[in-house]
Amino acid sequence: MVRVNRKIGFVWAIAAGLLWAASPLFAQEHGQEQNGHTTGETHETHSEGHGESDGYDAVGTVMNHIADANEFHVWYNTHIALPCFLYAPAQGWSFFSSGKFEHGHKAIDGYVLNHGRVNRVADPAFPKGEVHIEGITHQKDTVLKAGKEKVVDVYFATYEGKSWLLDKPSTLDGGFLGGGITSFYDFSITKNVFTMLLAAVLLVFLFTAVARGYRRNEGKAPSGIQSFFEPFFVFIRDEVSKPMIGEKHYERFQPYIMTLFFFILFCNLLGLVPFFPGSSNVTGNLAVTLTLAVFTFLVVSLNGNKHYWEHVFWMPGIPAWVKIILTPVEILGLFLRPFSLMIRLFANISAGHIIILSLIGLIFLFGKNGESVGGAVAGGIIGGLFTVFMNLIELLVAFLQAFIFSILTASYIGSAVEDHHHHEHEEAH
Amino acid sequence: MTAIFFLADFSVIKPDPGLILWTSLIFIFLWFFLGRMAFRPIQQALKKREQDIQSSLDEAKHARQEMSNLKAENEKLLAEAREERARMLKEAKEAGDNIISKAKEKAKEEAVLIMASAKQEIQNQRMALITDLKNQIGLLAIDVAEKVLRKELKQDSEQTKYINTLVDEIKLN
Repeated sequence: MVRVNRKIGFVWAIAAGLLWAASPLFAQEHGQEQNGHTTGETHETHSEGHGESDGYDAVGTVMNHIADANEFHVWYNTHIALPCFLYAPAQGWSFFSSGKFEHGHKAIDGYVLNHGRVNRVADPAFPKGEVHIEGITHQKDTVLKAGKEKVVDVYFATYEGKSWLLDKPSTLDGGFLGGGITSFYDFSITKNVFTMLLAAVLLVFLFTAVARGYRRNEGKAPSGIQSFFEPFFVFIRDEVSKPMIGEKHYERFQPYIMTLFFFILFCNLLGLVPFFPGSSNVTGNLAVTLTLAVFTFLVVSLNGNKHYWEHVFWMPGIPAWVKIILTPVEILGLFLRPFSLMIRLFANISAGHIIILSLIGLIFLFGKNGESVGGAVAGGIIGGLFTVFMNLIELLVAFLQAFIFSILTASYIGSAVEDHHHHEHEEAH
Repeated sequence: MTAIFFLADFSVIKPDPGLILWTSLIFIFLWFFLGRMAFRPIQQALKKREQDIQSSLDEAKHARQEMSNLKAENEKLLAEAREERARMLKEAKEAGDNIISKAKEKAKEEAVLIMASAKQEIQNQRMALITDLKNQIGLLAIDVAEKVLRKELKQDSEQTKYINTLVDEIKLN
């Protein structure tokens, strides 16, 4: 009975929020509710009594929403299954659809779905094949790491009354950020990969259409979609590539800059769409921005001319003792530039998602998780209004960050291919 | 609050090898596919169009320049033609005047000439007339004299007397 009342409270709160804000994170609000249900058993079976089980875990919800997932949560009870490509050194490759997990109720070859993400039971005694599990439990362990006590989340799958420790997918942070190599690797088409593929399909579809327009309208005025995208091309060319790379070299790098700009832009914009095909936090995931930054690093380094490397390793025209200080700084700079690209894009997009999700979370915080309808309405109004405001800012940020990433990349490329004039430098020093 | 923050799994900062792999694949595909199929052709088309526009503008400017040149030339030609016409008219008028005055002069001369020859003729005629008259009168006089003499000289005295007078006259002469 209490559940039903809560539910009505929720509906009211959400309706009010929507009415006021047409909140773009509608699906995600439901997502919170959904989480409450599917992991209902989890909360009930929490062994360690740590105050969060009944309340609304704002941070956990936000973190869960910006994280990658192996299934696409669309609506209340609707999930879109995504293909899983998993590799565990102990048992080789496994391929199946994430729908087979039944949202965490089933284990397949030792893999289970925990909060939307594939985890693995590392214990070889766990049965292979499809088995029904009773639930996933959660506890906080204190581990001693580098002389400091740290509290970490540990998850267990309950099967036949026993708790089996779950491993998260491997990550490449070397354990510094709380991840590390575990017993398996996840190469699945995750929510983020799905969105990237969608962005790729959209880009291919749009730009082949635009290119067709240029072929068809040769010698004529641009029309339709072609004229819509033309200002972007001209802008990137005249405001980014040409001034940054220089008249002589810019044409070679134009496709790279363009791809970078539009890929980031489309991923950012799809991330702002609050329902099914969008909502993934693609460019707010460090793996994605890391990859893009590495590409920029490679393009810059592979195209660096003699003068560029000379300026990095042995800056001409300055005393030798300064060079000894300068060279390490320059070498550090080689890596700091892509590093800054990676962090800037990641932080901007992640922060945007976190802020919007937090504002939506006000509904649940003010509503005391469904007990106070008035509070939920107030939260809906306040959160909704701020969300509209934030979404507009995020729309700007989506364009701005794509632009910044590409203009900085262009400027790094420009410094690598620039024809240096030694005499001028020497005189200047 | 901070405790909760660190408890929550901030998974987006942990680079997932799968996501890196897929991002790389998708991005490389887009880079090469879009570069080849869209961005390069579009860039070339834009460049070509800009060049076309520039050359059309240049051409138009050139044509306009030529037009104005042509117009100036036409005006010059027209002015020249007008001048030429005026000159020709003037010349023609002068020529006409000249012809008229010359003709007048010639006519005057001719008239003088005619008058002179007419006078001469009249003179000649008069002289002929006078001569003729003189001859006639002479003959008449001779006739009369003959008759008179015949009558007077019927007597010998008379004849001698007369001969004497004549001789006297001859002597006197």
